[in-house]
Amino acid sequence: MLSKYEVVIGLEVHVQLTTDTKIFCHCATRFGNQPNSQTCPVCLGLPGSLPVLNKKVVDYAILTGLATHCSIASRSLLARKNYFYPDLPKGYQISQLELPICEHGRLEIDSPEGERRTIGITRIHMEEDAGKLLHDSGAVSRVDLNRACTPLLEIVSEPDMRSSDEAIAYLKKLHQIVVYLGVCDGNLEEGSFRCDANVSLRPRGQKEFGTRAELKNINSFRFIKQAIDYEVERQADILDEGGRVIQETRLFDTASGTTRSMRGKEEAHDYRYFPDPDLVPLLVSEDWIEEIRNSLPELPETKIDRFVREYGIPRYDAEVLAAERATADYYDALVKEQGNGKLCSNWVMGEVQRALNDSGLPVAECPVAPRQLAGLLKRIEDNTISGKIAKQVFDAMWKSDRDADSIIEEQGLRQVSDLGAIEPIIDQILAANPEQVAEFRAGKEKLLGFFVGQAMKLTKGKANPAALNEVLVKRLKG
Amino acid sequence: MSLTDLTLRAIQQRLQARELTSVDLTRAFLDRIAAVDGRINAFLTVTGEQALADAALADRRLDEGRGDALTGIPLALKDVFVTEGVRTTCASRILDNFIPPYDGTAVARLKAQGAVLLGKLNMDEFAMGSSNENSGYSPVRNPWNPDYVPGGSSGGSAACVAARMAAATLGTDTGGSIRQPASHCGVVGLKPTYGRVSRYGVVAYASSLDQVGPIARDVEDCAMLLQAVAGHDPADATSVTLPVPDYCAALKDGVKGLKIGLPREYFIEGLDPEVQKALEQAIAALGDAGAEFVQVSLPHTDYAVACYYIISTAEASSNLARYDGVRFGRRVDRGQGLIDMFMQSRAAGFGPEVKRRIMLGTYALSSGYYDAYYLKAQKVRTLIRQDFLDAFDRADVLLTPVAPTPAFKLGEKTADPLQMYLSDIFTIPANLAGTCAMSVPCGVSAEGLPIGLQLIGRPFDEATLLRAGYAFQQTGDWHQRPAPL
Repeated sequence: MLSKYEVVIGLEVHVQLTTDTKIFCHCATRFGNQPNSQTCPVCLGLPGSLPVLNKKVVDYAILTGLATHCSIASRSLLARKNYFYPDLPKGYQISQLELPICEHGRLEIDSPEGERRTIGITRIHMEEDAGKLLHDSGAVSRVDLNRACTPLLEIVSEPDMRSSDEAIAYLKKLHQIVVYLGVCDGNLEEGSFRCDANVSLRPRGQKEFGTRAELKNINSFRFIKQAIDYEVERQADILDEGGRVIQETRLFDTASGTTRSMRGKEEAHDYRYFPDPDLVPLLVSEDWIEEIRNSLPELPETKIDRFVREYGIPRYDAEVLAAERATADYYDALVKEQGNGKLCSNWVMGEVQRALNDSGLPVAECPVAPRQLAGLLKRIEDNTISGKIAKQVFDAMWKSDRDADSIIEEQGLRQVSDLGAIEPIIDQILAANPEQVAEFRAGKEKLLGFFVGQAMKLTKGKANPAALNEVLVKRLKG
Repeated sequence: MSLTDLTLRAIQQRLQARELTSVDLTRAFLDRIAAVDGRINAFLTVTGEQALADAALADRRLDEGRGDALTGIPLALKDVFVTEGVRTTCASRILDNFIPPYDGTAVARLKAQGAVLLGKLNMDEFAMGSSNENSGYSPVRNPWNPDYVPGGSSGGSAACVAARMAAATLGTDTGGSIRQPASHCGVVGLKPTYGRVSRYGVVAYASSLDQVGPIARDVEDCAMLLQAVAGHDPADATSVTLPVPDYCAALKDGVKGLKIGLPREYFIEGLDPEVQKALEQAIAALGDAGAEFVQVSLPHTDYAVACYYIISTAEASSNLARYDGVRFGRRVDRGQGLIDMFMQSRAAGFGPEVKRRIMLGTYALSSGYYDAYYLKAQKVRTLIRQDFLDAFDRADVLLTPVAPTPAFKLGEKTADPLQMYLSDIFTIPANLAGTCAMSVPCGVSAEGLPIGLQLIGRPFDEATLLRAGYAFQQTGDWHQRPAPL
């Protein structure tokens, strides 16, 4: 059915910035505090109050623009978007229309078919968020303006996506970038990263776009996919029956997995945008842009390439490690101390990740610092301990803040490699298991494992496996 | 001579010499308000107790030698200034019950100096009007003749000074709202350059035009009050960081060699003959004092009123959107839903002129009309500003009428809003150009109503404007004539 139509998707993402204070006043931006406790005359829209643009918001907008290959406007305008709503204290939202701060960017995504695709970014602009309405049971609604005037970036894509999977790939990529940059905490549930999707269909081969529906404010990647898939089917059904899709705003209903009409084109607001006369045009100098460019962190793509190239690890490992900036930073620091890229990636993806998951800690709060872990891994490499014992040492380090060497020494975990020390143990084992010795000598060579196991048991795992093997084979065959 | 007849400068000298206490002075002004304001209606709120308490504090400060320029001086504020804990209505019924939780910057600066605030002054609702008849309460009367309007929108501020109910007042000027009432009430009013005084805590009418300024007995008093409130404010993005000169320092340097431009477009047929005559005499007097006159042209003057009524109403339509009955101010809720509550609250709270301007402005910004109205008006505004900059290549200040006629009678123009709008024809261009301008008394009509002249200065050159105004004052005594109250 769908093969008749090509799906066209454009996305508008609202990213809530992590600045400490709001975009036009000094109030805090923390989430979840007592309603209206983080307000002042400015964000309450009291008569006489005036907005002053927070420079940090501009820094973050420029940073995001540079990370998505946008051109940064040397002069941009803040504009008023006028409409009435109880959560909008001034009766207008300060946003940008003409001359946004960033334009003409792009993002590379890998489509589900494994194809590299470029998605255009039309613009990125700064704006303030509205407050929140709390609807009590009964006829009462309350207004919480803590969120009013919280800084947002609206990132608008070109209609370049051709499936819900591509849309999700784009969103995940964008999400990763803004979190990487540190401009957004990426928390979808608290609304820090919200998405509206414009969806339309056109007969394959047709150049003009079909009529679109705008799907509003969907707060998880899964719901976005569901909403788009439902909408594609709905529009296809209409077109199949010879009907026409109408331009409208639709709300996604999470319970039923469907979308329903919120308002049509005729009911669309005339927002009467005009440049905000309370705010002067924003002038961004080349120096300012350069300063931000110099603070631009290495982004995932570059990092993955570098990990593969410099540390010689598989691409898969690099992608896992680079997915989160804190993990990548941890790994980077570890390899710089220790040197063995693959050993380090195994440990970060394995033991470190497992221990973090078990304790529910983020990487940034990992109790074993990269330098400490490097100390442990060095002892594996120089055969002081085996990999297995190393895990035991790691657990001890996790709980104690002590370094590997002191734990190895204290607990006597140093690997026994001295042939003189191993030989008597082997002799003891062979003497105690004459039947197995006979079977081995008769050709059942897989019994070697049994002898190794016995030896490890007796040495509490400390025997050097290579030395152990050497002695065993010599004794059994000799 | 009564205490209330003293100029701000004279009061300052006596207070600092401790020949006078602020408490006595404050009491004298409160008595004066009680005695005459029933006939003028300049005050919407009188804060007598607070004023006396502040006066006592000011006296202690002066006794301890810690006085500032305005310590202990009784002033009053147009009710457009947000005042912490004191009802601020903007003369609108929609803000009838509004008690702000904060002080604006200008008010805070006056308080920091220890000025005593007597109360809040009547005005045209949301500063929209030229006669004070648009007050949501009853109109202010002209102290020179109660049948006449005091001008607007800072009519209460001008009438208050003319009737000696405060040493000086602050007003705001969006299209002439300081200068025109100052002219009609025979006092001095100064609109500083846009950006000179912070607008933080001033209820907005038209953000790109509004500017705070003093209304006082004479030019020196204006200079002193401006000094106290001028200067950069980080809370107002449109306030400038330029240093503030000492406005009183060069006040008395005279006008010898000063080039005064006479814009051809302002001396037109239809100008009231008495206004014309008063201006001619003023020009002659300034010439005798050593000023040189040059003809200049401001060719886009004809478009100023139309341009102003598009830009100011467009901004107003947005600025006044916050009066929706949700968080403060008047709410009318018939239980018929949100939109109904918005509409009923605004219908009940705003007066007819405010509604008219909101509608005009909403129209001018609407999709499909924006380019033809708002954008075009902004382009015209640029041309008007350029007119002034060109004129200032040839002249240091410009001299013009303030208003085409002296004050008119109450009710005379209320039926014809266009006629009313035209009374601001000479004052509006300075707002559009963003430059500074001042009204100084220069005559009294046969009917006994004051006439003012307007001096327009280069952007941020209030000092020269004040010097020219002061020099003119030295040629006569118009500014010293009291209203026959």
